Amino acid sequence: MNKLAKILRSPWTKIAVFALCLVPISLLARPLWMLATTGYSPDLTANPIEYITHYTGTWTIRFLLITLSVTPLRKIFNQPLLARYRRMLGLFAFFYVCLHFLTWFVLDKFFSFPEMWADILKRRYITVGMLGFAMLLPLAVTSTAGWVRRLGFVKWQRLHRLIYFAALAGVIHYYWLVKSDVRLPLMYGAILAILMLYRLAARQLARQPAAPRPVTTPNTASLPD
Amino acid sequence: MLIRKSSDLRNSDVTPKPLYVNRRRFLTGSIALGAFGALAGTSRGAKIEDFKKTSYNAGDEKVTPLEAITHYNNFYEFGTDKEDPAKNATNFRTSPWTLKVEGAVAKPMAFDRDSLMKIAPLEERIYRHRCVEAWSIVVPWIGFPLNALLKQVEPTSKAKYVAFESYYDPKQMPLARWGGIQFPYVEGLRLDEAMHPLALLAVGLYGEALPNQDGAPIRLVLPWKYGFKSAKSLVKIRLVEKQPPTTWNLSAPNEYGFYSNVNPGVDHPRWSQAKERRLGELFRRNTLMFNGYSEVASLYAGMDLHKNF
Repeated sequence: MNKLAKILRSPWTKIAVFALCLVPISLLARPLWMLATTGYSPDLTANPIEYITHYTGTWTIRFLLITLSVTPLRKIFNQPLLARYRRMLGLFAFFYVCLHFLTWFVLDKFFSFPEMWADILKRRYITVGMLGFAMLLPLAVTSTAGWVRRLGFVKWQRLHRLIYFAALAGVIHYYWLVKSDVRLPLMYGAILAILMLYRLAARQLARQPAAPRPVTTPNTASLPD
Repeated sequence: MLIRKSSDLRNSDVTPKPLYVNRRRFLTGSIALGAFGALAGTSRGAKIEDFKKTSYNAGDEKVTPLEAITHYNNFYEFGTDKEDPAKNATNFRTSPWTLKVEGAVAKPMAFDRDSLMKIAPLEERIYRHRCVEAWSIVVPWIGFPLNALLKQVEPTSKAKYVAFESYYDPKQMPLARWGGIQFPYVEGLRLDEAMHPLALLAVGLYGEALPNQDGAPIRLVLPWKYGFKSAKSLVKIRLVEKQPPTTWNLSAPNEYGFYSNVNPGVDHPRWSQAKERRLGELFRRNTLMFNGYSEVASLYAGMDLHKNF
């Protein structure tokens, strides 16, 4: 356990996780280069813009779910140091959603605000997707230690619970987008449900002080979830 | 006149050049080989040598590379990802095959794998193909007009509609169960639509027998309608009195109508139909009414196309 704590505390681990989070985007580099030089890359399909839009969207949902699994993992395995990685993972979710949005806005809408607004108002999957994106904006901005101080921890924590709704918006966005094969959106929805149910259960248990069970360590109870 | 508004249709300089050059070379080769050759075998990828060119040519359009046409498919029997059919249809058995034409006809007929290619003289027609998902391609089909077949079976006065059924075998198509739609895939047309000279039964593309993932051995091609109307791998054509059920309409009636004519003015509830992405192009281009095939407009004279979408 001590060994694990040492690893989690190491700056190298942080660098490694950072590099790992860049793997999905870097996997696009070679196919994009091939597309640029030969005009076609089988990895990006015959519709590379759609492929990249879906790819960055999928990774946004995955990073949101990874971020949301930090707290349960931290509590279940009693590894408080895992919390050190949560901000970075959340910011990577934001990074991928920005790429997702820009692919759509630049290559699909060609910077047309009127067209974008029309879509946001008219198409529910875009409405809910944009809502999720909008919820992630303040979270990215207030992700610094300075903002935690400025807002005060309780307020900051409350604000950052928006990620639950952003993840839900992401899953609904995906569910509404697919035509008929809903397996993948349902799978992400199920993972999100498990992560949320864990939180609910943990909260219920924490509210029963009389319950004869080992008390969770105080420092984990005070951390935001 | 096939290609209208050419000014709207050009600006497509992004077609992958190597593939385009390949195609040139390939076409030159096939023309040199073809012309008087007898019909070759009909297995997948076999060259079709006896077909005539038509006025349905590319005009200003760039034909979509074969690689894109064969690796970007909606064929839910073989999986719902665009790349799935190319991977999963490779062992699809299209021989032996039987296409039955029956129902309200004086002369019901059945065609086996070889006779499919001899129903009528084969011709090449280069058509735009517009998917309801707002992407499009340009395909050099080989086939014959649907009406050539329908005339042979002699529809009776009761024949008002034509129902189409695609092949379905859960053993060969195990992924179909995840498609979220009913199988076998069924489609339908009004008889006058089916008799329109544009309606094609395709048995090949790019000078070859249809690749499995594109609907081997025989499929519908209705260039003025969204792609899903062009049912693949047909086993039954039935002339009927009442409007037949159609698969996507059964799945989501508010999203997919019976007619499903390409119409930039009527949006799909979840996306706009005003524009489309031609595969190989960076930015979207405007979608044309009836996909540019204005000659079909008279079929729908007096109809409210917002209601009959």
